[in-house]
Amino acid sequence: MKLEEKLYLLSYKHDKQSHISIRDNDICGTACAKTWGRPCTTFCPANVYAWDGEKITASFENCVECTSCLTGCPYHNIDWRLPRGGYGVQYRNG
Amino acid sequence: MTEEKFDAIVVGAGPAGSAAAYTMAKAGLSVVLIERGEYPGAKNVMGGVMYGRMLADLIPTFAAEAPIERVIMEERLWITTDDSAVILGHKTAAPHGEVPNAFTVLRAKFDRWFASKAEQAGAFLIPATVVEDLIMRDGKVGGVRTGRPDGDLYADAVVLCDGVHSFLAKKAGLQTREIAPHEVALAVKEIITLPPDLIQERFNVGEGEGVTIELYGAVTQEMGGYGFIYTNRDSLSVGVGALISHFMRTKVTPNELLERLKQHPLVQPLLAGGQVAEYLAHAIPEGGYRAMPRLYGHGVLIAGDAAMMVNGLHREGSNLAMTAGRLAGETVVEAKGRNDFSATSLASYRRRLEESFVLKDLKKYQHLPEFVDRHPELLRIYPGLVNLAIHEMLTVDGMPKRDKQRKIWKAVTARRPLWRLITDAYRAWKVIR
Ligand SMILES: Cc1cc2nc3c(=O)[nH]c(=O)nc-3n(C[C@H](O)[C@H](O)[C@H](O)COP(=O)(O)OP(=O)(O)OC[C@H]3O[C@@H](n4cnc5c(N)ncnc54)[C@H](O)[C@@H]3O)c2cc1C
Repeated sequence: MKLEEKLYLLSYKHDKQSHISIRDNDICGTACAKTWGRPCTTFCPANVYAWDGEKITASFENCVECTSCLTGCPYHNIDWRLPRGGYGVQYRNG
Repeated sequence: MTEEKFDAIVVGAGPAGSAAAYTMAKAGLSVVLIERGEYPGAKNVMGGVMYGRMLADLIPTFAAEAPIERVIMEERLWITTDDSAVILGHKTAAPHGEVPNAFTVLRAKFDRWFASKAEQAGAFLIPATVVEDLIMRDGKVGGVRTGRPDGDLYADAVVLCDGVHSFLAKKAGLQTREIAPHEVALAVKEIITLPPDLIQERFNVGEGEGVTIELYGAVTQEMGGYGFIYTNRDSLSVGVGALISHFMRTKVTPNELLERLKQHPLVQPLLAGGQVAEYLAHAIPEGGYRAMPRLYGHGVLIAGDAAMMVNGLHREGSNLAMTAGRLAGETVVEAKGRNDFSATSLASYRRRLEESFVLKDLKKYQHLPEFVDRHPELLRIYPGLVNLAIHEMLTVDGMPKRDKQRKIWKAVTARRPLWRLITDAYRAWKVIR
């Protein structure tokens, strides 16, 4: 089963504003690409992060708030905050 | 405007937070329990095995009312290769009595129930609200700033139960360094629905009874972690986790890892015909004793995942969280009696934890996280060797058994020389003894 189909099963309360931003795009294009191969694009379980050729884009609306990117970004270059109260993923089973 | 002041504020309505709030409210303190999810459990994930003893310490009659999925009668351990497994386990037919030892739960349901018990005891639950900062007053933590307009709340003590990667532990100055990727695991799981009868048939248990399976070896593709299959009433929780440091290195995606697990030839038949109802992901703080933050400060205490209280080897976290939450609550109740919420007054929290299994177990395994981080290859090598040896012994092909033993020994030492076997065994013994 594809990840997109799985994410489609989830309930979210979507916010208009993103709770994720990249602090310094240069790092993703240079140091991280070279040394680490941009691990956020693979370890994120909800495919939030993608490299568009110039920068990392963050599809924050997919985020399931596992918080892995807080330690998984080798440069602490992802500014991930808690979504506003009540917003974000809403697990029905857990 | 009169300011809202309480005896205690608890941040996070997971097992730690609800246990703390319940304990304090029951003792007559005014307590607020703040949860960022729309309802308690909305953000929470676990494999699903909870332990009765620690819950009974709070609510002795929980079994009659808690949303329990299945009582665990059998625990299995699968040491896997790509197409085989050596299987160990323990099953009991003894009636489990009033307090079942272990049972499965679904957190979105369980956390709601547990928080409602804290509410019934008198705590005031505020859901859909993020605590964004701590308010310092008179040189101590004296309240919280929430994301709501006019959302400042004040209290004598604040108990931080905000889970893994606690932002508030940093703000309180309890966590002073960044958590490292080898100190946290990332797990993904699915809820796969199946009719209850079919689950009972496939897992060979009665109504209301369940099984756990932990899978080590090939299923984590040379990363430090394990897979699991737990039975719920009308679904299975199927998941797998590994250290974030290993995900970073291997570039295996969590979903690939989970799909591979589900397609393992020994796993597939257990899931056949099931429907995926939900996909979930969550981090697990695996750094253990040596990665823990300070546990208390002026006006503040920290419990559960926020304080790295997970015993990964034994799949225990919720119970440590509950016990720590309860002990934090008891500490605040006592401090209230003295009307002293300084760090010195709250220091008995650490002592209580040290006397309990929580810090004893975390201390016992304090070197394990580092070992797993450094030697993920062992999770490939040894499951392979054990499977090879047993498979050979069970293959009846006319070869005399003594020759088989020699053959096995040769195959084993070809893959891992003797001196390696000895040092591996010694190291492994040292970290788990
Ligand atoms: C896949 C997986 C499988 C697991 N399996 C098991 C198992 O089988 N058995 C077991 O015992 N343990 C297991 N664990 C570990 C267990 O889930 C945790 O140890 C336990 O949930 C810790 O409880 P807690 O209350 O400390 O944290 P949590 O349960 O994470 O609760 C923290 C709460 O705080 C809220 N929160 C966070 N920040 C804020 C904020 N700023 N403001 C307001 N609210 C906030 C969150 O929404 C959440 O409700 C597993 C974990 C995972 C991820």
